[in-house]
Amino acid sequence: MSTIVSRLVDSFGLNVQLFFLTLLFSLPLGLVIALCAMSRFKPLALVTKTFVWIIRGTPLMLQVIIIFFAPGLLDFGAPWGSGASARFTAATIAFIINYACYFSEIFRGGIQGVPLGQTEAGQVLGMTRTQIFFKVTLLQVIKRILPAMSNEVITLIKDTSLARIISIKEIIMMAQEYTAQGLIWPLFSTGIFFLVFVGLLTVLFARMEKKLDYFRV
Amino acid sequence: MPILEVSGLSKRFGTVEVLKGISFSLEKGHSLAIIGSSGSGKTTLLRCLNFLEKPDSGRITVQGETLFDAGDARTQAEQEIRKKRLNFGLVFQAFNLFPQYTVLKNITLARELLEKESKKTTGRAAVVKEIEAEALALLAQMGLTGKEKAYPHELSGGQQQRVAIARALALQPKILCFDEPTSALDPELTGEVLRVVRGLAQRKTTMVIVTHEMAFARDVADHVIFMDEGQVVEEGPPHQVFGSPKEERTRQFLARYSSEN
Repeated sequence: MSTIVSRLVDSFGLNVQLFFLTLLFSLPLGLVIALCAMSRFKPLALVTKTFVWIIRGTPLMLQVIIIFFAPGLLDFGAPWGSGASARFTAATIAFIINYACYFSEIFRGGIQGVPLGQTEAGQVLGMTRTQIFFKVTLLQVIKRILPAMSNEVITLIKDTSLARIISIKEIIMMAQEYTAQGLIWPLFSTGIFFLVFVGLLTVLFARMEKKLDYFRV
Repeated sequence: MPILEVSGLSKRFGTVEVLKGISFSLEKGHSLAIIGSSGSGKTTLLRCLNFLEKPDSGRITVQGETLFDAGDARTQAEQEIRKKRLNFGLVFQAFNLFPQYTVLKNITLARELLEKESKKTTGRAAVVKEIEAEALALLAQMGLTGKEKAYPHELSGGQQQRVAIARALALQPKILCFDEPTSALDPELTGEVLRVVRGLAQRKTTMVIVTHEMAFARDVADHVIFMDEGQVVEEGPPHQVFGSPKEERTRQFLARYSSEN
């Protein structure tokens, strides 16, 4: 049993790795996408919104498959390398793009929710657009979007299981190997891993919200 | 020479002509009150002065320097506009304090950022100290000593507006503009804000005040402009505009006002 548990723990490492890599890159990318979608240059805004529509409008599982197989099918060679690391790279890229699009909509809502008066106050005080964004708007945006972000981040750790569609041996795929051998409890027990992880995330987000409690927007 | 000269300022939003060739001038140390009903273009005029709106035609000159000329694209470069804004300060109807900063930081932030840009590396700490000392002096002038560590949501509307006035003053604008500074306040809180503005007038601060407080305008302003439908209908010293208005529209407006209050 202890070998089973330790193999489950190891495979959950892949879920966690995918989780952190996705967050690390999709958060800044999401901000860039949000700013492009709000651009005053209409063609850029239109292209961005269409892209977000496509990504949010199709299953993440399908996107993982397409990102992994498309380069080979289109004769682009093997940009993701080969073997297990290629599969993991492809899945990570699909996750980053997908989550960046969801985050971008949260960011856009948060940015547009900050009263225009805040920007104008910064402007009449001679601040640049960049200064206004980073010194005035950003923290108010973060405070506004934390609850929505915590939802999305909680969904992300559970979504990492979708990576098994291209044979990444994350925790559920690992557990299913035991199911095939007639052993069902490993699969059931994977729920505990997710529960504990989400518990930690919940505590973390509660702390961040408390930390930003000192001001009102 | 007047410190501020506005000539032929026009602005339209779509098909609505909000300003129809506004011209006026303001002497240094004087305060100008702009009165008129809602929708007469008063706020748009202030917003044009502060480069929050771009006029379609007209010219804005401060101390002989043309800051804006609708016919001259060189006066409209984004980088330039930022610096030009510093000629003016603006106090908003809704205060618009930055909620995440303390009262002190609200006042010092813009100056500290300007200081950073000037790329002087020596004596940064001393400069920050000086900026803070000046901010504290301004707070004292606003009657808000001891509130420097408070956050905006912990203050009453009247206190927030006084912080906003201090924040605008911290950049030492040549002309301080007020956009209905007491309209968002409960009646019992307007007094403390008006007292501060009155104090500024006594110190000969050059001000443009858009207001619905007629008694206050009459009392404090050196010059009054009555606007209606995007035009200057009448202007003159307060005793004249309020006491013996020449224009029928001014009379009607003032009569409506005194019957309402």
